[in-house]
Amino acid sequence: MYETHYHRASSIQDAVKLKQAAGEGKYLAGGMTLIPTMKQRLAAPTDLIDLRHVSEMRGIKVTGKTVRIAAATTHFEVASSAELAAVCPAICGLASHIGDPHVRHMGTIGGSLANNDPAADYPSAMLALDATIVTDRREIAAGDFFTGLFETALEDGELVTAITFEAPAKAAYQKFANPASRYAMAGVFVARRDNGDVRVAVTGAGSSGVFRHKGMETALSSNWSPDALANVPVDASDLLSDIHADATYRANLVKVMAKRAVAAA
Amino acid sequence: MGVEGIGARVARKEDKRFLTGKGRYTDDMSVPGMKYAIFVRSPYAHAKIRSIDAAAARAMPGVIDVLDGKQLLADGIGNLICGWMIHSKDGSPMKMGAWRPLAHETVRYVGDAVAIVVADSIAEAKDAAEAVVVDYQELPVVTDATKALEPGQPQLHPEAPNNLIFDWQIGDPAATDKAIASAAHVTEITIQNNRLSPNPMEPRATLGIYDGGDDHYTCYTTSQNPHVARLVMSAFYNVAPENKLRVIAPDVGGGFGSKIYIYPEEIVCLWASKRTGVPVKWTSDRTEAFLTDAHGRDHLSTVKMAFDADNRIIGLKVDTTANLGAYMSLFSSAVPTYLYATLLSGQYDIPAIHANVRTVYTNTAPVDAYRGAGRPEATYLLERTMETAARELGVSPAELRRVNFIRSFPHQTPVIMNYDAGDYEASLNAAMQASDWNGFAARKAEAAKRGMKRGIGMSCYIEACGIAPSAAVGSLGAGVGLWESAEVRVNAVGTIEVLTGSHSHGQGHETTFAQLVADRFGVPIDSVNIVHGDTDKVQMGMGTYGSRSGAVGMSAVVKALDKVEAKAKKIAAHLMEADESDIVIENGELKVAGTDKAVPWFQMALAAYTAHNLPPGMEPGLKEGAFYDPANFTFPAGCYICEVEVDPETGVTKIIQFVAADDFGNIINPMIVEGQVHGGLAQGIGQALLEGVHYDPANGQLLTASYMDYAMPRADDLPSFKVSTSNTPCPNNPLGIKGCGEAGAIGSPPALINAITDAIGNNRLTMPATPQKVWAAAHAAN
Amino acid sequence: MAKITMTVNGRQVSGQCHDRTLLVHFIRENLGLTGTHVGCDTSQCGACVVHMDGMSIKSCSTLAAQAAGSEITTIEGLAANGELHPVQAAFKANHGLQCGFCTPGMVMTAVDMIRRHGGQLDEATVRAELEGNICRCTGYHNIVKAILAASAEMGGARVAAE
Repeated sequence: MYETHYHRASSIQDAVKLKQAAGEGKYLAGGMTLIPTMKQRLAAPTDLIDLRHVSEMRGIKVTGKTVRIAAATTHFEVASSAELAAVCPAICGLASHIGDPHVRHMGTIGGSLANNDPAADYPSAMLALDATIVTDRREIAAGDFFTGLFETALEDGELVTAITFEAPAKAAYQKFANPASRYAMAGVFVARRDNGDVRVAVTGAGSSGVFRHKGMETALSSNWSPDALANVPVDASDLLSDIHADATYRANLVKVMAKRAVAAA
Repeated sequence: MGVEGIGARVARKEDKRFLTGKGRYTDDMSVPGMKYAIFVRSPYAHAKIRSIDAAAARAMPGVIDVLDGKQLLADGIGNLICGWMIHSKDGSPMKMGAWRPLAHETVRYVGDAVAIVVADSIAEAKDAAEAVVVDYQELPVVTDATKALEPGQPQLHPEAPNNLIFDWQIGDPAATDKAIASAAHVTEITIQNNRLSPNPMEPRATLGIYDGGDDHYTCYTTSQNPHVARLVMSAFYNVAPENKLRVIAPDVGGGFGSKIYIYPEEIVCLWASKRTGVPVKWTSDRTEAFLTDAHGRDHLSTVKMAFDADNRIIGLKVDTTANLGAYMSLFSSAVPTYLYATLLSGQYDIPAIHANVRTVYTNTAPVDAYRGAGRPEATYLLERTMETAARELGVSPAELRRVNFIRSFPHQTPVIMNYDAGDYEASLNAAMQASDWNGFAARKAEAAKRGMKRGIGMSCYIEACGIAPSAAVGSLGAGVGLWESAEVRVNAVGTIEVLTGSHSHGQGHETTFAQLVADRFGVPIDSVNIVHGDTDKVQMGMGTYGSRSGAVGMSAVVKALDKVEAKAKKIAAHLMEADESDIVIENGELKVAGTDKAVPWFQMALAAYTAHNLPPGMEPGLKEGAFYDPANFTFPAGCYICEVEVDPETGVTKIIQFVAADDFGNIINPMIVEGQVHGGLAQGIGQALLEGVHYDPANGQLLTASYMDYAMPRADDLPSFKVSTSNTPCPNNPLGIKGCGEAGAIGSPPALINAITDAIGNNRLTMPATPQKVWAAAHAAN
Repeated sequence: MAKITMTVNGRQVSGQCHDRTLLVHFIRENLGLTGTHVGCDTSQCGACVVHMDGMSIKSCSTLAAQAAGSEITTIEGLAANGELHPVQAAFKANHGLQCGFCTPGMVMTAVDMIRRHGGQLDEATVRAELEGNICRCTGYHNIVKAILAASAEMGGARVAAE
């Protein structure tokens, strides 16, 4: 790891100020991606602004069907929130399979979203739930937030402070994990609204990151059942290929995970 | 046996320190003035070094010095060597290319070391390593062994034209060809054995300390055989004479073969300590381990197995190409020859065998022994072939094996080995019963109703352990003898120290070796200390690999105990005015048989050291040593059965049950033996399902350089195992034991692949059977 | 260099370290507690697991500075008065360790796991919960057995105490 300067923020305002004052600084939430990346010398922030002690960035609030998860809430807290499980168990289930127990104790939803790893789990949930990403300066629809591999709509210094969404009628996430890294090789989040609208979001498979699958959404809107997906084609040409899975196999996994997610919802 | 004697399920003495964080591994060592080393490594798989400029790096904060290969050469440090001479079938010796500890002319794989940076901290050493400017001229690359033999390929070493190290054979080619020509059926198959990274959880590390006052070197290192390391570093690498070099392998966090070898880093850190005047510690990170620890396996073979009309095997012809990587590691030549082809008879009576083996240089990490070493390759080849033959012949896999089992011992195979004892049918029956083989059809039908494809597969393995008779291996080209030494010291208060040349890095020697003493003298194991891993304490030893610590190391202890017992009885007889032939040792006492006369063990020991009343002419003290050279290899064998369920939608293989029925001969501690089998099974299952080293063939970059891409078996990949043992005692060593360390890794891969191919109805599947491969194979068969 | 203070195994400790110093190196180098190990570079092997404020974390992926002011428990802090913790005792009784290198992380993980599941563990849950800990020696068989045994004992003890 290259030398860096550590700062501990006490509030959102303090964090943004520290970031502004820093050179090539980065916000540090759980650090579960950032620290390993720095250890590999693949990232060299001059400054780190630690958000773990910003109390206004932690916690889950459920009001009716409206959910607000503060950005520094850990995966463990999301996974084990009874309040959240009552309205949207799918996101608890998703969080309970991110990384491993130790990662879940540190890693945060905001950190995951800001990093937008193409194999991360949360981005698919945000897209499928039509969530809003709240920052220190504005609100961004999930559909506008994820712009490419490790790319987001966040401006320099912009801090994700919370995410909000309306709990759907039904939802589920199914992940096929890479046998080595255990990141998603194909993860599919399906959500159906009370009004019948369906969203299907795919992570781990797309060559430009998380994406919605309109074909499956259309099929499921008219028939919410795994069978409805049987004849929906998944185009392999936009999918990743690597030593673990080629695009054809990933396309198959996307279909299978989608079917299983619908069955589980 | 007593509660702590031979055969007792004793909890391990060493566990407390490991469980409380008090283990002492090499990286835990710290000495005054110690500095940290980082190696500058080649980012290219093949390149000429035009120049190395370390001036800027030397000027960086905290840097003590940067040293390179030209300086190492100037100081007379020698080449790394391969210690087993193999001759090609034309009589020519193997073609060993030069391996410098720090390359100064050519780098031949990604990770080849070119310089060492010594600094106040690891971070500063890394900062400086990035500032070392190496001007490389890239050369073309070859990573595949078969391709490397073709004309026009990049040449790695001038000593080895066409990258061929040797072209060796064993067995009778004419008799084998004749058998194949006359066969009622010939099964032909191509067998690939995937390249693996050993991955002990403790990465390699070394601490080199030069003491200018005595011109003496101390080397802490993660070694399975510190004495061999001292011997090789003294005799061949010219680091220091043996009497000026102490090698200590303290607690070592797993080895699996990869810590047998003497790597460049130990040598360079010792040398750098003298050059810089400070103790130098290097600890590998995991990516360096993937890049530079010796890999295992990487064979490609074609097989012809000939059967007569009664399904008896009448001939076996094998042609193997083995990838040895960029340099010949210490035992690399022995693995695909005498540790592999000599086991090609398996458990079967095969009258004619011929195997041809070519070994090849490629721009990849060196390949050497990894858990099983040659025997997993032989077993996988044979047992995949047997399964394929059974399917082709339309007989049950168990029946085909039964028909061909060797049933009388000793049995001389056509490929050197003389099997001394075994009962292969007993293991087969035990495994079939434990797995409810006969109930499989019903389970398969039930799984089919759920849309799952169930399969079952077996594997009957044999291995040669307890390596090895020194004269025999010497005649086959080994540069060392493979005996073991032991010394038993009885202290004046009766406590006992056993010094052994075996090294424990997870095997539990501190407990099992003490059990031998407890069994013999009836003393508690807490009164026995096992001393190992330090060349200043133990005079000489050959170390731990090839499942040899029990069969060879313990046998040496037994020989030393015999001598101690004889002298102890003489002393006791003298004290009690009895005949020494009447003395028996029980429960910590030396008794006169048939009387109530007894001397406690400690009192006898005290008498040996007070020496006030010893038999006339007897020397004081009670300390005896022994060297044990085995008469033969030992031959553990067994039958493994695996049952799987394949999800045809995803290609995911779930192991429903894994049964291991082994014959290890007599067992000292069943709990530890079971643990060895569990661990071996996990590594074998890892090879079959998950693990594989991948290089980019275009540029030789390692694509599986971390746990992000190299799939290690985790707890949820594996089932709980059903293990059992049967026993035909080994007639060739005093304890009747065979060894158990490698069996699990040897027998399991074919059982698993046989089960998957049974499930999907397609025999064309290579390891690792990843979900993608299984999915593709399942659908190709449909 | 900055001075960092935290509570480790019940004792307040301070040490000078760089902002880039990882917690595992602070524990090993500054405090000399070498029971916590480093087995990989990519935060996957779990040999470095310690507890921070009562939760298992990877000390190789946490800066020492992040841990300032927190309560850390390492493997050295688990046994009380020379008595093995029930999880340590279960690992010994069930031969849940061989080379010992992954063991500190496994034990710290098991303690955390049992705490979270309140003694209600089954084999599948234990195996799933071990996703972040790699062992190369045991095939996990006896680790799983040890954790289940410790969980039953500790769960049983809790019930008995209530």
